[in-house]
Amino acid sequence: MAETTHGTGGLKYDSSRRSWPNEFNIFIALVIIVAIFEVLGQLLPYMNGQSFLFDTNDRFDSIFNEARLRIIILQVAIIGIISLGVTQVIISGGIDLSSGPLVAATAMIVMSFAQTELVNGNPNPKAVFGDWAFDLPVIVPIIVGLIFGAFIGAINGILIAFTRIPPFIATLGMFLICRGIAQWWTRGQPVSFPTESYAALGAGMMPVVWFIMLAVVCHVLLRYTVYGKHTYAIGSNEDAARMSGINVRRHKVLIYMIASMLAAFAAIILSSKNLTAQSGMGLFYELYAIAMAVIGGVSLTGGRGSIIGTVLGAMVFGVIQSGFTYIKLDAYFQIMAMGAIIISAVVLDKWRQQRAATRI
Amino acid sequence: MSDIILETRDLTKYYGGVHALEGADFTLRKGEHVAIMGDNGAGKSTFVRQITGVEPRTRGEIIFDGKPVHFDGPLDARQAGIEAVFQTLALADDLDVSDNLFLGREKTWANWLGPFRFLDYKAMRADTIAALEKTAVKIPNIRNTIQYMSGGQRQCVAIARTATFHSKLTIMDEPTAALGVQETAQVENIIRTLKEQGEPLILISHNMRQVMDLVDRIIVFRRGRIVANLNKDDTDGQDVVAYITGAKTQPEYAGAA
Ligand SMILES: Nc1ncnc2c1ncn2[C@@H]1O[C@H](COP(=O)(O)OP(=O)(O)O)[C@@H](O)[C@H]1O
Ligand SMILES: [Mg+2]
Repeated sequence: MAETTHGTGGLKYDSSRRSWPNEFNIFIALVIIVAIFEVLGQLLPYMNGQSFLFDTNDRFDSIFNEARLRIIILQVAIIGIISLGVTQVIISGGIDLSSGPLVAATAMIVMSFAQTELVNGNPNPKAVFGDWAFDLPVIVPIIVGLIFGAFIGAINGILIAFTRIPPFIATLGMFLICRGIAQWWTRGQPVSFPTESYAALGAGMMPVVWFIMLAVVCHVLLRYTVYGKHTYAIGSNEDAARMSGINVRRHKVLIYMIASMLAAFAAIILSSKNLTAQSGMGLFYELYAIAMAVIGGVSLTGGRGSIIGTVLGAMVFGVIQSGFTYIKLDAYFQIMAMGAIIISAVVLDKWRQQRAATRI
Repeated sequence: MSDIILETRDLTKYYGGVHALEGADFTLRKGEHVAIMGDNGAGKSTFVRQITGVEPRTRGEIIFDGKPVHFDGPLDARQAGIEAVFQTLALADDLDVSDNLFLGREKTWANWLGPFRFLDYKAMRADTIAALEKTAVKIPNIRNTIQYMSGGQRQCVAIARTATFHSKLTIMDEPTAALGVQETAQVENIIRTLKEQGEPLILISHNMRQVMDLVDRIIVFRRGRIVANLNKDDTDGQDVVAYITGAKTQPEYAGAA
C-alpha cells in the first residue's frame, strides 16, 4: 500500500492510484501501430520480407530505415505546425476548419513578396508585382504572412466570440473565403521562383526544426502561462471562466489569431519547401490537423489535451500514412482509411471519458 | 462613514413577463450575517444575480460600501469586494483544485509578458493547501482535476475560494443543498470563521436549523417580494415558515403579497 497523507485535511491519498497520463496511451498506440506494419510486411506475400522500421539493405552503419523515418517526420511537420494551433482552438472548445485554405491563400500572397528578379539570368516569368517586389529581405514575406494570418484569425475569433456564430460555421465560411482569395490573387496562376534566403526557410529538414521549436513554445504556453490556463478553463466550463473574471471574448480572439498565425507560418514553410505556391495547396490540411490533435487525445468537447499528445498524434498520423504506402495500399483507400481512423479516435475518446467516470 | 455595507432600493428584475424580483429594499450592516429564505422560485437567486451584476437589472439602486454601483459582471463585483458562491458552481472540471481556486487571479511572474505571463504554480499550491487546512476541507489530492470529486468536495473548493480572498461581502446561494452531514458541518465552520473575522455574509438556505445556528437576521422572500425582516432572537422556525408559506406577512410589507 502506498498510502500517504498527502491529501489536505488529513485525508489519505493513495499515490499509486494516480491517473495514468493519456500521452502514455498514445505512445503505446504508436508502438503498436509500428509493430502491426512490421508484421504485415513479413506476412504479406508481395512484400518479400521488407522491413518497415529496420534497415534491410545490409548497410552496417545503421539499424533503422532512416530514410523512411525522415520522410515520416518531414511529412507530418508542416501539417503538425497547423495542428499545434488547432489543438489550442479545440482545447478552448472551438474548431477551426479554415486552416487548409488559409495555407493556400497565405502561400500565394507571401510568395509574391518573396520572388527573385532573375531566374537563370532571365526575368522572372511568374512575377506578380512590379520591380519593387523583387529580392526583398526575407523578413518582409514572413511579416506579411504572419500579419495576414493574424488578420484572418482575428476575424474568425471576433465572429465566434462576439456574434456567437458556432465556430464550425464561422470557420467554414472562412474556409471558402480563403480558398477564393488564393484563386483570385493571381487568377489561378502559380507563384514561383523565390529568393534564395526564402527558399532556405523550408529546405531540407528545416520544417522539422520549425515544428519542434514551435511545439516547445506552444507546450510552454499551454502548460505554464495564464494564457494556457484560461484556454483550458474556457473549454472546460465557459460560464465558470466568465464568472471567474476571465475576459472570454478577448481570449478567444487571441486563440484563433495564434492558430491562424501558425497556419500562416506553415504556409511559408510549405511554399519555401516546394519553391512554389498554388491556389490548390493545403487540400484536407484542416482535417488532417484536426485528426492529429484528436488522435493525440485532444477532446473535441474541449478542456482536455496537450501539445505532447498532439505531437504524438502527428507521429501516429505520419506512421499510418507511411505504413499504407509501405504495404502498397492504393491512395484512394488511404484517404478512406484515414477517415475511419479519425472516427475511431473520437469514439475512443468518448469511451475513455465514460470509463474514467465510472472508475472512481 | 455609515456601518452599512450593502443597500438595495426598489431592486427589480423581470424576465419578459416573469416578475422574478419586485421592489426589494434591503440593508446589510458590516459584520452582519443575514439569511434569505423562501420557497423555490421566490426570487432569491435572482436577487443575488442582480447584486453581483451577472445580468442587468430592470430597475432599482444598489449601494455598496457607500457608493451606488453598476457592476458589468461578477468580475466587476468581485473586484469591488463581493465574493459569491453561485448555486450552479463556477468550477472548471478539467482543472485541478488550486487552478480552480486561483482561476482569474492567478499568481504569476514575468508579468510584462501580459497574457503570456507565467504561472507561479508553487505559490498557488502552497496557498491552496494552507486555505484548505484552515477550513478543514478534505481533498485527497489538490493536483487531481475536480471532475470526479464529490458534490461536497466541489462545494468546499468553491467556498474555500471565497474564504481565501478576503472580501467585503460574501454571498452563498444554497451552499449546502447537495451536501451530506459532515460536509455541511464543514461549510458551516467556514461560515463561522467568516463571522469571527467580521466579514458580512448573505446566506441563502432552506435549512432552518442552519439558519438559526448561524445568522443574525432572516429575510423572507415570497413570489419575488420581501415579506419579512426578522431578528433571529425575536423569531422561531414556525414563525419563519408561516412567512414563507404566506400564512403571515409583516405589516410594513403588507402591500407586497
Ligand atoms: N433566466 C431566467 N429567465 C426566465 N425566468 C427566470 C430566469 N431565472 C429565473 N427565472 C424565474 O424567476 C423566478 C425566480 O427564480 P429564482 O430567483 O431562481 O428563485 P429561487 O432562487 O428563490 O428559487 C422563477 O419563477 C424562475 O422561473
Ligand atoms: Mg435559487
